[in-house]
Amino acid sequence: MKRRMTRQQKTTIVYGILSVVLILVVLQLWLLTATMNAYLGGDESIIWPAAAASLVCFGLNAGLLRYLYIMERP
Amino acid sequence: MSEPDREQVYAAPDGKPQSEQPRWRKDFPIDWPEDNYVARRDFTKFLVLTSLAFTAGQFWIGFQNILRKRRGEPPLRFIADAETIPVGGAVTFNYPDEHDKCVLVRLDEATFAAFSQECTHLSCSVVPDPERDCFRCPCHEGLFEMATGRPVAGPPRRPLARVRIEFKQGGVYASGIQERTS
Repeated sequence: MKRRMTRQQKTTIVYGILSVVLILVVLQLWLLTATMNAYLGGDESIIWPAAAASLVCFGLNAGLLRYLYIMERP
Repeated sequence: MSEPDREQVYAAPDGKPQSEQPRWRKDFPIDWPEDNYVARRDFTKFLVLTSLAFTAGQFWIGFQNILRKRRGEPPLRFIADAETIPVGGAVTFNYPDEHDKCVLVRLDEATFAAFSQECTHLSCSVVPDPERDCFRCPCHEGLFEMATGRPVAGPPRRPLARVRIEFKQGGVYASGIQERTS
């Protein structure tokens, strides 16, 4: 039987997810600025690896958000 | 028999009991724990949307790079006759498009250098300053070395794009653009 979480437990989980998502988004921001700088400087070598890394970060974020939706399901 | 709801429905943000709360807060009670939960949850959703935007930005840079590669090298274009430029003098020209301003400088009898005039900070036009032996950006006082185009002062961090030059029958020609990170 699925145990229903209290609101306090859910809030703690949301705080945890928010912290991880925030770190990943800051990492993505850094990736974007570094890639833009490299692109404008004519350096093409990091463009696609950085895009792949950013996609992975987004995948993790989307997964965490999905967990949030699952948690809210009655 | 149903269990009583043990969730705290109302808790003022200052943590004081209900009797000590100001009148306005008693009149308009807010379920603060629920409000906290919803606010953090919605902020998380917004951040995930931001994450998607950053990912889209990364791929946009990738596609712009593909388009840039497809355009290929710009054609050879005449700039000026070498004899007409005195030592320390400069000639402006447009390359590769008519909107891309560039500048050719004569450093000594045998040495020429050409750079894009677009400042690498916020794209203002840099101007040659022969007295200080540099290019100066009037917008934010950025300085670039005249011989190499490297930034030496101000906010720019990347050097000016170098225009490759060739000499043919006494004329100076532009033959390509070299973007640089350092």
